[in-house]
Amino acid sequence: MKNPYLPNKYMILDVQHQTDIDYTFRVACDIAPKNGQFVELSIPKIGEAPISISDFGDGYIDMTIRRVGKVTDYLHNLRPGDHMYLRGPYGNGFPLDHYKGKRLVIAAGGTGLAPVKSIINYFHQHSQEIQGLDLFIGFKSPKDILFMDEIENWMKNERFNVVLTVDKGDECWTGNVGLITQYISQESIGKDENLEVIIVGPPMMMKFTALEFLKKEILENQIWVSFERKMSCGIGKCGHCKIDETYVCLEGPVFNYTKAKKLID
Amino acid sequence: MSLKLSREAFDDVLKDLGKEYKIYAPIRIKGEGRFSDTDVVRYGEVSGLDEIEIHEKAHFSPKEILFPITQTLFYFTEGEYQEPKYDEKKIIVFLRPCDINGVTRLDQVFLENGEDKDIYYERLREKVKFFMIECIEGFDNCFCVSMDANKTEKYAAAIRFGDDMLVEIKDEALINAFQEKGEFVNFEPTFIQENLVNVKLPDIEQITTETFEDDMWKEYAQRCIACGRCNFVCMTCSCWTMQDIAYDENNSSGERRRAWAGCHVDGFTDMAGGHGFRKNYGDRMRFKTMHKINDFKKRNGYHMCVGCGRCDDVCPEYISFSSCINKVTKLVGEERK
Ligand SMILES: Cc1cc2nc3c(=O)[nH]c(=O)nc-3n(C[C@H](O)[C@H](O)[C@H](O)COP(=O)(O)OP(=O)(O)OC[C@H]3O[C@@H](n4cnc5c(N)ncnc54)[C@H](O)[C@@H]3O)c2cc1C
Ligand code: SF4
Ligand code: SF4
Ligand code: FES
Repeated sequence: MKNPYLPNKYMILDVQHQTDIDYTFRVACDIAPKNGQFVELSIPKIGEAPISISDFGDGYIDMTIRRVGKVTDYLHNLRPGDHMYLRGPYGNGFPLDHYKGKRLVIAAGGTGLAPVKSIINYFHQHSQEIQGLDLFIGFKSPKDILFMDEIENWMKNERFNVVLTVDKGDECWTGNVGLITQYISQESIGKDENLEVIIVGPPMMMKFTALEFLKKEILENQIWVSFERKMSCGIGKCGHCKIDETYVCLEGPVFNYTKAKKLID
Repeated sequence: MSLKLSREAFDDVLKDLGKEYKIYAPIRIKGEGRFSDTDVVRYGEVSGLDEIEIHEKAHFSPKEILFPITQTLFYFTEGEYQEPKYDEKKIIVFLRPCDINGVTRLDQVFLENGEDKDIYYERLREKVKFFMIECIEGFDNCFCVSMDANKTEKYAAAIRFGDDMLVEIKDEALINAFQEKGEFVNFEPTFIQENLVNVKLPDIEQITTETFEDDMWKEYAQRCIACGRCNFVCMTCSCWTMQDIAYDENNSSGERRRAWAGCHVDGFTDMAGGHGFRKNYGDRMRFKTMHKINDFKKRNGYHMCVGCGRCDDVCPEYISFSSCINKVTKLVGEERK
């Protein structure tokens, strides 16, 4: 009998410090995920945590992990050559093929950028597969900005329109200040059959950003969100992630807005 | 095959079966009840007939036999994952029809929900045989008939307790143990047809977000104290949380285990950054109620709650779940059969 809770051991190849509290780990790994899926990451005697796969390639996956508690604190002390345990991938992921040939709009708040980053990079490398990509990225402050190098690369892509903003600037910050919703409302986005919108971030950000797009006559079925809920298993057994008859770990974390709006915790 | 046995003969059979099986049944534990000087009736291992308490409903359900309160998933030594040793001994459980139907619900979650089977549950489940305690009268707060959970065919043996014991044996593996211990009779168990409490089930197609936001839940916000006892005594509550522990300070060995969790209890939905859902206790009551009599059925085709009434028996605030179901039904209309 196969034990679905038994993880495999993988070696850390690289650790990038994105901010003081967010590190990106590259792990040598045979897991071949879909964009937006997650893994259960564990450290023996410390614990287990669901973590999005922020990027992947031949023989590796990346995870960007914020230090908030037991497992994530421990992880932040690990170095290349050390090991961690993973099981998965879990969840449905984004329907990448559905976005191809269309104009894609992505609104990401804070660590919400992690689960969509691999999509952005995919279309960055395969720009001809998309009409255009409007990217709205918001962080709390300049020092919270993740993936700055990549954001700068995306800004150079002719098919991309990248808006980076922070809620609150500092002395050195010369960029945009204000909430994502404010920049979306200024943008010429409107009724367009050929458009798809992805929103990922904290619950309140997702709620208000979705309302902003709906105001612009984007249809509900054109909007996609990714949920985060407490999870202990990732495989439909522990019950923590359930909302009504839906298990976020099984049928999510990615939901079309027509479904997401009906999910009441 | 059905037999009539004297109590002594039945006791002998149990002792005999005890060599091959661990036998679990409701037992009375003196002085450990909810109030001082009261007893608790809960599941434990038995070796003889007299230890089995059948005159009172077990306060805790038999689910802990299949889904222990805490269960080790892995032992860690030097960072390696080791599965606990597997106990080969088979299991017999004495339980009532509602609880057998409750096991069907646990099977649904642990074996059928999602692509993976929960191997720890499956290993225990495969070893279990049900000895059904015939239940004709029920107890206070039972509403199994309304939940269509009063009957079952899924038993290895069915037993009517009395001065003589009547036993129907379905499982051929048990025939040897019973043979020549009693005389053949015609016996089939009878199932309860009417409870003291009845509920009307709601038309779940009419349950909408408005039902979730209705004022009826406000009452529970005031009354419920989020103790979670209703979750823990429930035959069909199946949620759990993963926990790692280190046995010693230098972290050289430890284990990963799971422990029962309850949706009424603080922390059930808490995530990093202090984010949590259903901070209001009324919302927790709504969440549990909807799982038991709405969304589980939407997902699996039958209701989760089996009407054992243990949640009503145990609630320190005298919150009645059966009344709550009736209130939902009043709000949205009755189920169309
Ligand atoms: C689908 C999904 C994808 C995620 N992706 C990422 C990611 O890419 N990067 C990232 O940094 N974080 C991600 N998270 C959040 C991450 O799982 C939690 O931060 C992590 O579990 C905290 O573990 P800990 O042991 O360090 O904290 P703990 O010491 O366990 O607790 C610290 C805090 O985290 C909360 N918490 C505990 N367990 C969970 C849990 N299973 N889910 C959510 N919160 C929890 C606790 O309630 C507490 O408030 C994701 C969560 C989900 C559900
Ligand atoms: S909800 Fe109450 S009545 Fe229904 S199965 Fe659980 S404990 Fe029994
Ligand atoms: S037993 Fe009663 S008070 Fe305790 S959590 Fe359940 S409903 Fe609330
Ligand atoms: S994470 Fe356990 S059921 Fe979804």
